[in-house]
Amino acid sequence: MKKKIKIKLNGKLKTINNKSTLFNIVQKNKIPLAKVAIELNQEIVDKKKIKNINLKNNDKIEIVHFIGGG
Amino acid sequence: MKKDKFIISKKNFSSRLIVGTGKYKSMHECAKAIKLSGAEIVTVAVRRVNITDKKKPLLMDYIDPKKITYLPNTAGCFNSKEALRTLRLAREIGGWKLVKLEVLGDKKNLFPEMIETLKSTEILTKEGFKVMVYCNDDPLMAKRLENSGACAIMPLAAPIGSGLGIINEINIKIIRKQTKLPLIIDAGLGQASDAAIAMELGCDGVLVNTAIAKAKKPFQMALAFKNAVIAGRQSYLSGRIKKTLYGNPSSPKSGII
Repeated sequence: MKKKIKIKLNGKLKTINNKSTLFNIVQKNKIPLAKVAIELNQEIVDKKKIKNINLKNNDKIEIVHFIGGG
Repeated sequence: MKKDKFIISKKNFSSRLIVGTGKYKSMHECAKAIKLSGAEIVTVAVRRVNITDKKKPLLMDYIDPKKITYLPNTAGCFNSKEALRTLRLAREIGGWKLVKLEVLGDKKNLFPEMIETLKSTEILTKEGFKVMVYCNDDPLMAKRLENSGACAIMPLAAPIGSGLGIINEINIKIIRKQTKLPLIIDAGLGQASDAAIAMELGCDGVLVNTAIAKAKKPFQMALAFKNAVIAGRQSYLSGRIKKTLYGNPSSPKSGII
């Protein structure tokens, strides 16, 4: 059985495969990469490098975009 | 008439009306109101992508950032740390350097927290941001923001969303006289005439959200604000007559039958 880890994606707890990359998460959630910014544990991530970022247990990912506001 | 330029951070705009994109019933309504308002700059908020509902419409699908300047805003931030985090993320989305800083101090009146605002302005400017700053209508604080590198001063007319119009015209006039930076009234306008007054006081522009989005007829109000800003600006540039206590007839006194 594949080892699982727990991460938080936009405040929601997710169980994912141990060797998942940040790119896998973006792909799985159909995130339009050009329209978002990504933070990993409060550090901004270079979107071009997400294929090389392996996720660890308890990682916190925030994916944000622009919405209507004043 | 000489070309009347509205320049923010070396970029030339023809509309002096900036509109917010919040509080509309739908993205469609928001996009149409913006079009009618003639605004070339819109404020936008940075929030989490909805992971569970992927079909939710995206702002960028309705308002093209290549045609309309997105002005990322830190609405909802109550300290410098949150505001800096928000704007750094905004820049990461696609290179946005022109931003609106808004650090609030109180959930009830939504007045700006000026100490944190000042601190954030300094840091952001050093990081290469062009910071348009939401502030109170205090001329001293406006001066300090200017000295900290703000690229536009944006005093409130009244509390955000209150619709009260310009409460302290004197302070706005004083700020106008002391600064060469773009002066933009931000927050608290209720109707089109409020925008005209702001422009007649010599402001370079106004930022409106609630007054358009929550009007019974938002499209009509968007158009009204567009016209009011143009009218107010022209009135300001025309040089108004002096006020007098007594009447002064408009028709010649000679030749009366």
